[in-house]
Amino acid sequence: MINRDPHPNTLISVSNLSFSRGNKKIFDDISLAFERGKITAIMGPSGTGKTTLLKIIGGQLFPEQGSVLVDGQNVHQLRRADLYTLRKRMGMLFQSGALLTDMNVFDNVAFPLREHTKLTESMIRTLVLMKLEAVGLRGAYNLMANELSGGMARRVALARAIVLDPMMIMYDEPFTGQDPISMGVLVHLIKALNKTLGLTSIVVSHDVHETAAIADYIYVISEGKVVGQGSPEEIRRSDSEWVQQFMTGAADGPVHFHYPAKDYVDDLLSSGKRY
Amino acid sequence: MIELLAHLGKSTRASFSKLGRATFFLLQCLAGIGSVLPRPRLLLNQLYSVGVLSFLIISISGLFVGMVLGLQGFYILSDFGAEETLGVMVAASLVRELGPVVSALLFAGRAGSALTAEIGLMKATEQLSGMEMMAVDPIKRIISPRFLAGFLSMPLLTALFSVIGIIGGQIVGSGLLGVDEGGYWSQMQAKLDFHDDIINGVIKSVVFGFITSWIALFEGYDAVPTSEGISRATTRTVVNSAFSILGLDFILTALMFGDD
Amino acid sequence: MQHTSTQDTLVGLFVAAGIAGLFFLALKVSNLSSLTEKDSYTLIARFENSGGLKVKSPVSAAGVKIGQVSSISLDTKTYESVVKMSINSQYNAIPNDTTASVFTAGLLGEQYVSLEPGGSEEFLKNNEAIEITQSAIILEKAIGQFLFKSAEEKK
Repeated sequence: MINRDPHPNTLISVSNLSFSRGNKKIFDDISLAFERGKITAIMGPSGTGKTTLLKIIGGQLFPEQGSVLVDGQNVHQLRRADLYTLRKRMGMLFQSGALLTDMNVFDNVAFPLREHTKLTESMIRTLVLMKLEAVGLRGAYNLMANELSGGMARRVALARAIVLDPMMIMYDEPFTGQDPISMGVLVHLIKALNKTLGLTSIVVSHDVHETAAIADYIYVISEGKVVGQGSPEEIRRSDSEWVQQFMTGAADGPVHFHYPAKDYVDDLLSSGKRY
Repeated sequence: MIELLAHLGKSTRASFSKLGRATFFLLQCLAGIGSVLPRPRLLLNQLYSVGVLSFLIISISGLFVGMVLGLQGFYILSDFGAEETLGVMVAASLVRELGPVVSALLFAGRAGSALTAEIGLMKATEQLSGMEMMAVDPIKRIISPRFLAGFLSMPLLTALFSVIGIIGGQIVGSGLLGVDEGGYWSQMQAKLDFHDDIINGVIKSVVFGFITSWIALFEGYDAVPTSEGISRATTRTVVNSAFSILGLDFILTALMFGDD
Repeated sequence: MQHTSTQDTLVGLFVAAGIAGLFFLALKVSNLSSLTEKDSYTLIARFENSGGLKVKSPVSAAGVKIGQVSSISLDTKTYESVVKMSINSQYNAIPNDTTASVFTAGLLGEQYVSLEPGGSEEFLKNNEAIEITQSAIILEKAIGQFLFKSAEEKK
């Protein structure tokens, strides 16, 4: 069930990846494939290293084992210059937005253009305003990054992520901490951008409903393993108890409500020695 | 006992690995300077926040230090009937020692801590990481311009500190205490040597600017990206800079003025 | 990127002030302006003892500084101290019967070479030696002599 055959339509394939931080194994020999032009979601509880996975795909972290192929290139064997060339074609939306705080919205979106292209200011202006229009924030071009709400900051970051017209975009927890309206806006934007720009999208999230609403394919990860995969419909019908608990949000199940501890009664009756 | 040894070994290893990271960071930072030069705008912005914004504290402190030197020097020198050499004393202390050292300490407190906090915050808010994902090297784009600005600002700030201090000493000495103004300047000119005093003072300030900028930027870059981590890193910047400045000052002084 | 033009101006002012400060230190505070090694010539004086004279000690005539000591070495044949002085070339009329003495400025001051011109019509040229010299007075020697003398007188 783990290995899907490398499909010609696969843009990114992660094979037999292992990664650990300290003694904790974050990924244990997992394989994933992301199809071109589709939205693929990676779901799992907090702390399962979903953000780490995106950083590995982006070449910021190195895996212990396994490889990551993006558009046929092995990310971790590229020379620095080639990796940077590849990254220009990868957009990433950080959870916090990661806008540069000493610039306003316009300059933030213009930043990749100014760094990587020799376009004239008037062309940059046109491009930036187009991208800002796409996320609905053209009117906010003059605001400073710290004047934006969380949802607006993410939309600006999204405009910045697409300003170089990348082939793919990685969303790190795009829905976390958003009110229902901004959540709706983001859901709509991810879907719309994916469709109109023909992007390949990777969405990392633990927001079940929003993610299920837009994803074409879902991987559910827990404790370093893929515990379920398939279309949202297949995932919902999954017979794995674990996946069921995650999708329905039940308090107790395979993932216990209690942090591992010794017996409750013993603990209460013990002498109270500090440990 | 064994626990203590193990702890000692661990912390020694940690400090060596930090020194290694710091050295590697410095090399990257120096290598990045090449890509700053074609973009003077980046440097200019940093010269503003590192240099111009430190100017006020440096000049006010310089004035007061010079005035105190004038006052103290006058009382000591008048015992020997040598008030005329007040200019020499004020200028020599400022140009050789107090100028470079005090302005570097002030610089570490004003600009160094700000740099650490800024870089640490950029790390905590994923701005550095985000930049990497936009295929922009944060070392080249963020660190190197700041390093260069610190390194260039320091000798300028030190020169201003010393000049303002010397003028402050003159205000107190000849304005309030009646030392002959001509004597103040001419004795100073006769006794202070361009190479031994001025150039050595400038070399000191360049070294201090280098070390302070390095420490400040590295501490920010290496900070634990939480609010506590950043505040600790800022403290470390000021403390480590002060130690390095004073320690290096001793070494440099021994090298420069030793065989006089 | 707005309001950068005031920022530019301030940076410009800062850099200009800093450079002006460096120039001020070089020209007003230090002796750079009086370093005139190009237009100077060298005179040599041999002393039995040059005392605490150092390189860069001033050379003066009638209280006016006209040059500085450029090197001090020991002549291993005569065991004399050979003092080379670079004299500002505007003072090019120093008679060849000039006396060079090592004096101390004040009780605790530094030592310097004092030139007392004679009456000769011929002037010293570059690298010529002053023949008449008077050594530094060594305080211990002077005191010793004084005590010795007064002890003798009491006898």
